[in-house]
Amino acid sequence: MTAHQKMDKADERNRLDDMVQGLVGTPMDRPEGPLKVSGQATYAHEWDVPDMLYGVLARATISKGRVTDVASSGLIGKNGVRAVITDDRLLRRPAQGGADEAPAQGAKQVDYFGQPIALVVAETFEQARHGANRLEISYEAEGNAAFDPEAEDTDTDLPEDDQLDQGDLDQAMRDAAFTVDQVYRTPGHNSAAMEPHCAIASWDGDKLTLRGSYQMLNFNINELADALHIVPDNIHMLSPYVGGGFGSKLGISPEAVSAALAAKEVGQPVCVALSRPQVFETTMRRSETRQHVRLACGEDGVLTGIGHECLVSNLPGEGFYEPVTQATHFLYGGKHRKLGIEVARVNRTCGGSVRAPGEAVGMQVLENALDELAEASGIDPVELRKRNVPDRHPEQDIPYSSRRFVEALDEGARRFQWDECNKKPGSLREGDWLIGHGMAGASRVNILSEAKARVTLQADGSALVETDMTDIGTGTYAILTQIAGEMLGLPAAKVETRLGDTDFPRGPGSGGSWGAASTGSAVFLACEEIRGTIAEAMGIEEDELTLADGKAGKGEAARPLADILAGKPLSAIGHIEPGQTLEEMQQATYGSYFAEVAVNAVTGETRVRRMLGVFGAGRILNEKTATSQCYGGMIWGIGSALTEELVFDNRDGHIVNHDLAEYHIPVNLDVPQIEVVLLEERDEYASPIQAKGIGELGICGAAAAVTNAIYNATGIRVRDYPATLDKLLADLPEA
Amino acid sequence: MKPFTYAKANDRADATSQAADDATFIAGGTNLLDLTKLEVMAPDRLVDINRLDLAEISETDEGGLRIGALVSNSDCAAHVRVRQVYPVLSRAILAGASGQLRNKATTGGNLCQRTRCYYFYDTAMPCNKREPGSGCQALQGFNRIHAILGASEACIATYPGDMAVAMTALDAAVEIESAAGEVRLIPVRDFHRLPGDHPEKDNILEAGDLITAVILPPPVTGRQIYRKVRDRASYAFALCSMAAVVEMDGDRIASAALAFGGLAHKPWRDEAVEALLVGEKPSAALFGRAADQLLAEARGYGSNDFKIALTRRVLIAVLTEATQEGAAA
Repeated sequence: MTAHQKMDKADERNRLDDMVQGLVGTPMDRPEGPLKVSGQATYAHEWDVPDMLYGVLARATISKGRVTDVASSGLIGKNGVRAVITDDRLLRRPAQGGADEAPAQGAKQVDYFGQPIALVVAETFEQARHGANRLEISYEAEGNAAFDPEAEDTDTDLPEDDQLDQGDLDQAMRDAAFTVDQVYRTPGHNSAAMEPHCAIASWDGDKLTLRGSYQMLNFNINELADALHIVPDNIHMLSPYVGGGFGSKLGISPEAVSAALAAKEVGQPVCVALSRPQVFETTMRRSETRQHVRLACGEDGVLTGIGHECLVSNLPGEGFYEPVTQATHFLYGGKHRKLGIEVARVNRTCGGSVRAPGEAVGMQVLENALDELAEASGIDPVELRKRNVPDRHPEQDIPYSSRRFVEALDEGARRFQWDECNKKPGSLREGDWLIGHGMAGASRVNILSEAKARVTLQADGSALVETDMTDIGTGTYAILTQIAGEMLGLPAAKVETRLGDTDFPRGPGSGGSWGAASTGSAVFLACEEIRGTIAEAMGIEEDELTLADGKAGKGEAARPLADILAGKPLSAIGHIEPGQTLEEMQQATYGSYFAEVAVNAVTGETRVRRMLGVFGAGRILNEKTATSQCYGGMIWGIGSALTEELVFDNRDGHIVNHDLAEYHIPVNLDVPQIEVVLLEERDEYASPIQAKGIGELGICGAAAAVTNAIYNATGIRVRDYPATLDKLLADLPEA
Repeated sequence: MKPFTYAKANDRADATSQAADDATFIAGGTNLLDLTKLEVMAPDRLVDINRLDLAEISETDEGGLRIGALVSNSDCAAHVRVRQVYPVLSRAILAGASGQLRNKATTGGNLCQRTRCYYFYDTAMPCNKREPGSGCQALQGFNRIHAILGASEACIATYPGDMAVAMTALDAAVEIESAAGEVRLIPVRDFHRLPGDHPEKDNILEAGDLITAVILPPPVTGRQIYRKVRDRASYAFALCSMAAVVEMDGDRIASAALAFGGLAHKPWRDEAVEALLVGEKPSAALFGRAADQLLAEARGYGSNDFKIALTRRVLIAVLTEATQEGAAA
């Protein structure tokens, strides 16, 4: 049985609200949590595969050119080294999310410093690592590499789809009562997931089993097949547990292809894990950005024009570019609009999706500019945003689906006691600390993707959920268990969810915040189908059916599901497809951030003292895991504001700070008590479960609240992220 | 990781004789193992000295403390006498690393902690410290964490630690036993070297030398402060740190021992700065002159230029705090 729904129109039935089990929305603990905290959840590197060898990738130490020789013969046969793989199919970079085909192959061509060149395979990891360190690689370097995106002689191009020139922004700027015209810069980021990338490949004849850490198996299997020149049917991929992804595991990466090639060549399973420096050098980076923002408004603070023109970078020929203006297109009104993205072609590590590509840095800067406009116009920042919420999409003239932006602003202001906060910059001091408050709006586009999932109501009355969807720490196991339990009237303990296996029905995986709503809808549809069968067996309509605690029916007439099934399991596949509601409505999630910072008047060190986020993202499927997603986003916002920065050496494009000692993510002491408030919301245009994506919303503008608070504390605008102390020092009060 | 042999030393003579024969000591291993994995360091032989009887803290006849080389950073920072009369040392240690690292890191090992220069850590980069004569990439590169004092054209790396900065302000001495069995005492302030033409040598240790203890002199009265400035609130190396032991005599400064971290290839102490302060009444002008003196020869290399202004501000703030009325003895 397959239940199919295409979102061509709103689903206003709100069926989950009719259910009585009471699981969906609750802060249910993760069912796999005990396995994770007791070390029993098997992550990619932890599979016990017999006769396994280890491979370590050797890196390019030039920035552009060709490999002329890999001196492998001196290594093989000594110190446990078994092989050196230099196959033409090796990947030069990972695949972009959803690529569905192999990325650039052939590691003899070098596009960036640190690119994988060869794989050294040995009996132990240590031997392989030593071999990779010793491997002598000869090059023919090309002198025309470009490293600095802003250098005059760096080539750039303008993606056609991302240039908007509506009305006359220059004129609007001239006519405006108040304007902002500033250039901001944000640095590159790396996802730096706790679990480094890893793959274990083993062959049985022509059949490849690949255990790895990936986010989107449905695409990864095709990318891997294309890279290896084999058919996808000969591949079985397993990613039941993923220790963080943030976009860095969206596409197949060099470790998977090299492990598969090596395992074939040596005839034994091969495990390839990336070291932390390799994670920085060879997985996707978030592009640095230069953002020129222009805002024009009347005396009333209502925007008449918005300009958001951005420079980002990527490797030559790479299709992805950071979609910086994504939320700027729809969040605020203003008739005259100039939005554009220019891509500089540089020989740096490949640019790709890193948590909330686009909004993470675009909202960060837009919300700084709004703060500057609030100051220029003398209008409170919360009020200014509320005055600029458009009725219809300012470019496409389409309506919005549910949008709780104003409520998030109001609720945040109320909880933070925003109106009580000091508004005069640099005037609140406690000892050596300058105290400031700031706020920002949050927004992230919503995406629904095609997904399938199988639900089986087993003869004993328990349920099994199967999909290739992944749980990258987000809570997929929990929310799919909750949806199935809710729909089938089962306690969570009676539902088992199995994920991350390409033998299961396919879906879009985890990325772009779409996982929960997409695969969750597929599970919902499968369950609805099963409910229909049960109702039929009972001779009633599906919408009259009550399922609770393993029984069907109400009160004393309720019968155990196992009795109704009479020994026969029921299985259904749910199939969700996005449809016209994505085109006809602007779908997005919204929120607000409020932050209090203390800036040391002597040193310029900034510490965030409290932070609040209020978010609306449709139906919340699990209050705890949704809240945790928002915590994580806001913590990254603190890092984006204060410390995180990929530093490139513009002499050769190499990443200077390629480890967690010098790439400064926030540590516990940098993170204050964070409060997250989730607004009650149903978005009937988004999905049949009325849920939208929440995984990335927490970062989309969070950093701006912190830097706006720094301005309020010190009177210093830092427009060049991160706001490290050196950028404040010169303008702090006299020592 | 390059293959190496591993042996346990049974006693000091065993340890020093093996070290004289080109072996490398390992104690906590918190720095050495990282560097060995990256092959920034590639020892052929490791001698484990954890069995040696060097993990005690005891009082000296003079009334000071003898901190055994194998005393962990955690134990040293938590020692009741250290906390009572050498609080600057306890605070400096606790300002560094993490609880887990401090549990493993030892007193002797921490003195030998190597620089965090990015280019030193990347074996694809030229580095005079890692590979003498290959050049210095930091000089013209990204040098945010690098030295502003005492650097050379060969190397602008800093000593990254905190503990030794406090020990320098406390006039502590390093007890070293040579392979010949001779014991000598070297002031901590003289233990680390300036890079000069030989940045590969971090300190004055010779082949076969074993650090056996750090000797703290009898406690001095006065206010003790450790101020560490860094990019995040914890788990980051100092951009600038300052250990101060300042004693007042009425409204005048009786003595001042000031040491700085994150600024040079060694904990930095400048006697001229201290001489300028002694006998004077605290004032903004006086502290400004002290900063002028300290930074007279300071030089930035681009991304670390801010350290000059930062150090000036830290010096003035710490001295202000150390000399203000009501300063506890």
